Amino acid sequence: MSQVVEAPTAGAGDDRGTGGRTGGGLHLRSLTKEFASFTAVKSLDLDIPSGSFFALLGPSGCGKTTTLRMVAGLETPTSGTITLGERDITWEKPYRRPVNTVFQNYALFPHLDIFENVAFGLRRRKRSDVKPAVEQMLALVELESQARKKPAQLSGGQQQRVALARALINNPEVLLLDEPLGALDLKLRRSMQIEIKRIQTEVGLTFVHVTHDQEEAMTMADTVAVMNAGVIEQMGAPAELYENPRTTFVANFLGQSNLIEGTVAGREGDVVKVDMQGTVVSVPSARAHLETTAGHRAWVGIRPEKVLIAEVGEVIDAPGNSIPGGVISDVSFVGVSTQYLVRMPWGQELQVFEQNTGRRRLFRTGESVDVSWRPDYAFLLDHEQDASAGTDRSDLPS
Amino acid sequence: MNGPLQRLGRWVGSHLVLAGGLLVLLYMFVPIFVVVLMSFNDPDSRLIYRFDGFTLKNWANPCAADGMCGALSRSIQIGLLATVVATLLGTLMAFALVRHRFHGRSAANLGIFLPMASPEIVMGSSLLALFVAAGFGGRLGFWTILIAHIMFCLSFVVVTVRARLAGLDDNLEQAAMDLYATEVQTFRRVTLPLVFPGILGAALLSFSLSFDDFIITNLNAGNTTTFPMYVWGVAQRGVPMQVNVVGTVMFLVSVVIVVAVEVRRRRQERVLAG
Amino acid sequence: MTATATRPAGSSAPTPEPAPPAKRPRRNLTGYWLLLPGALWLAVFFVVPFYSLLATSLYDPGGSVLEGYDMSWAFGNYVTAIQEYWRPLVRSLWYGAVATAICLVLGYVLAYAIAFKAGRWKNLMLILVIAPFFTSFLVRTLSWKLLLRDDGFVVDTLQFLHVLGADGRLLATPVAVIAGLVYNFLPFMVLPLYASIDKIDPRLVEAAGDLYARPFVGFFKVTWPLSLPGVVSGTLLTFIPAVGDYINAQLLGSPGQRMIGNVIQNLFTDAGDYPVAGALSVMLMLLILVLVLVYVRRAGTEELL
Repeated sequence: MSQVVEAPTAGAGDDRGTGGRTGGGLHLRSLTKEFASFTAVKSLDLDIPSGSFFALLGPSGCGKTTTLRMVAGLETPTSGTITLGERDITWEKPYRRPVNTVFQNYALFPHLDIFENVAFGLRRRKRSDVKPAVEQMLALVELESQARKKPAQLSGGQQQRVALARALINNPEVLLLDEPLGALDLKLRRSMQIEIKRIQTEVGLTFVHVTHDQEEAMTMADTVAVMNAGVIEQMGAPAELYENPRTTFVANFLGQSNLIEGTVAGREGDVVKVDMQGTVVSVPSARAHLETTAGHRAWVGIRPEKVLIAEVGEVIDAPGNSIPGGVISDVSFVGVSTQYLVRMPWGQELQVFEQNTGRRRLFRTGESVDVSWRPDYAFLLDHEQDASAGTDRSDLPS
Repeated sequence: MNGPLQRLGRWVGSHLVLAGGLLVLLYMFVPIFVVVLMSFNDPDSRLIYRFDGFTLKNWANPCAADGMCGALSRSIQIGLLATVVATLLGTLMAFALVRHRFHGRSAANLGIFLPMASPEIVMGSSLLALFVAAGFGGRLGFWTILIAHIMFCLSFVVVTVRARLAGLDDNLEQAAMDLYATEVQTFRRVTLPLVFPGILGAALLSFSLSFDDFIITNLNAGNTTTFPMYVWGVAQRGVPMQVNVVGTVMFLVSVVIVVAVEVRRRRQERVLAG
Repeated sequence: MTATATRPAGSSAPTPEPAPPAKRPRRNLTGYWLLLPGALWLAVFFVVPFYSLLATSLYDPGGSVLEGYDMSWAFGNYVTAIQEYWRPLVRSLWYGAVATAICLVLGYVLAYAIAFKAGRWKNLMLILVIAPFFTSFLVRTLSWKLLLRDDGFVVDTLQFLHVLGADGRLLATPVAVIAGLVYNFLPFMVLPLYASIDKIDPRLVEAAGDLYARPFVGFFKVTWPLSLPGVVSGTLLTFIPAVGDYINAQLLGSPGQRMIGNVIQNLFTDAGDYPVAGALSVMLMLLILVLVLVYVRRAGTEELL
């Protein structure tokens, strides 16, 4: 887990002395940051293995940027510790820590050219052979020809790569990326995601990436921690988080979910039976994130693309959870898929995404349908939680 | 509604404002033309101030006017000293106000604003009252003028540098620290180069404020004469044309400085565009 | 493990060093130290002098500069000052107000033209606004004296047009003094106005047009209210120095146009009547303070800077 991959192209690696990497990754222990009027980060515990691409995902104001800034040393924690391997860096000055940051709006020095921007960290530490190292780094981000231009002369995507190069050239133990792609347009963002992931694989450093864009986090990171109101709600591989969310916040913030009110009827082996608006559905107990004693109220969660719809009475391959009585209330054809809203007998509208494989006809508004899903895909959440947590995406760019 | 008449009306209307603006600008330049013209004047009499004939002798012997060059050099000395001190103190204050949290912040802001909002005659007489009360009534001169000039230049320096500093993205300094620059290195390599245009602007402003001040100076000068005081004096007795030579030179020097700054800025913009 | 050093230069221990002891940063006093010298200067040479001025205004008027004054809480100095000099005081406020109003009209046209109509000449025009004012205030005012003189071009033209009578003149009249004030303080009006107008999004004016506002209505409903911060600071920056000025009154006017600045200056330097001069100064400051506060309150903006 803590194996350090030597950066092949990061450059200037050999002449930087013989000090050892601390190796053991980044550890936050009961890290807390209180501002005058609110607590940004509440007793956070986090272990980020070295060499991983880690994403802190959450809405704006959830404390993810504050966490990042404490790791960078730009903010001092109210309490708790930050350790890199064995070394406590909690109170170290930013310029004393082997951590570099790619800032949100890049923070490129406007009075220095690209070469000097990238060389800045090396020069401050009096490294020799700055020139070949910078040239190598500029080659890595494909900006060799821009070395003598000023930042303002570069496009947004190019500035982004300079910011990356300027941090990477120092070969930090941890590279922090603070919404690094936020200022780019959608297309450029997608290609930069792939680019940054390529570079991370190539240099093998620990990347900690802060973003509010769930798609970005899932595309790039191998571990995602979903953060909300100063605490980490859930952490894991992207697919794991998506398929088996533990809280309504994660269920809604990462993709979309249908959350249907129900009451636990009891356990049968490793399956939990839930009375959901009159129909008994089953959920694997590994996916039930609450006390499963009978009578407990719960949210039954199912992702829209996991829901199948069929003509009334049609047999479809989803044994177990099948609910009759739906009426199509809206149809949106979006090309790769069709998105339906199905009004259920209890008044709730369920979202259903169906791939346009061409094998089935499109339903029309007003048609009656049956709705079903495989029990393995459903998940069960505590009814105490707010079913709309994490749905407000007003702060996200389109 | 869109006939040729209306269109003509709108064309005139939109250019009327521009024409009006240019007229106002012209009005601002009228005395400058007179100053330049009069610097080549060959007056018949000291008492009648009008253009009598062309000559270059005012330009050839600017110091021929009695006592003018002494006053001029005194003004330059005071201006330079006041600029250095005011720029230094004011820049420090601007940094404190933008970059540091402390108690009494709004009092400090008020204290900086008030000197700019007080009539000069009141500031000048207060200072005179202080000097007299402190027993310096008989020693008014170079140093009391300098003290006064530093005082009224300070606020302008603070405001100018503060504006520049406030426009500075503090991420840049954090980025420098993140890239292994110590506080001192960050200041030297990032902050100072980026704030420098503001400091330079503040210094130029200070110098011209100090050089041109009359009301406060006149109250606190004792028997010392600065250039504006010299002009004040000769205005009663008859104006030597060399005064206009100085006025013209001041105008030219400032225009050269301002235009150089602007050209530099445009060139940078062109580079960015290209 | 092939490792590379990433710690700052100088610490090249081959093995990871033990964690340094956690240090809490001390409370930072740098701000106070940076502020101190300048604040001290302003305190000693700007704030304290006001107390001296106040004290001076209450000295026994029987004393003199050479023999020294006694503090006798002579509030009578204020009565004397008002009785003897109420005319120049009122005149100063009046001239200042008229000059400010004219500056506002001229300055608004110029600032508006620069902000919205100048296109790529914007910066050049701004430079031109400031440039004349690097030439000495007094030298410029002297050239107005030349321009407005009795047999000069301006007077001749006005006489020809019968605006002025055959022996009418401009010098030594309120017109000349006010014209001089307008001229000298116009940039103090133009620059804040420009800063305010330039911030207005031209699309707002277009939107007003789109919503059925005629250009004139659009101006008064959109542009003017949005430029109010500039109007307020511009008028203050013009009015305050104009009221206190005495150079224009001295060079372009006659004793009939004496302003309060002339009086204070004379009392201090020539007559040596410090107590009454001090009382006038204090009154001028208070008057301006009150007017400014009322004005700012009524204009509904606290934005002075």
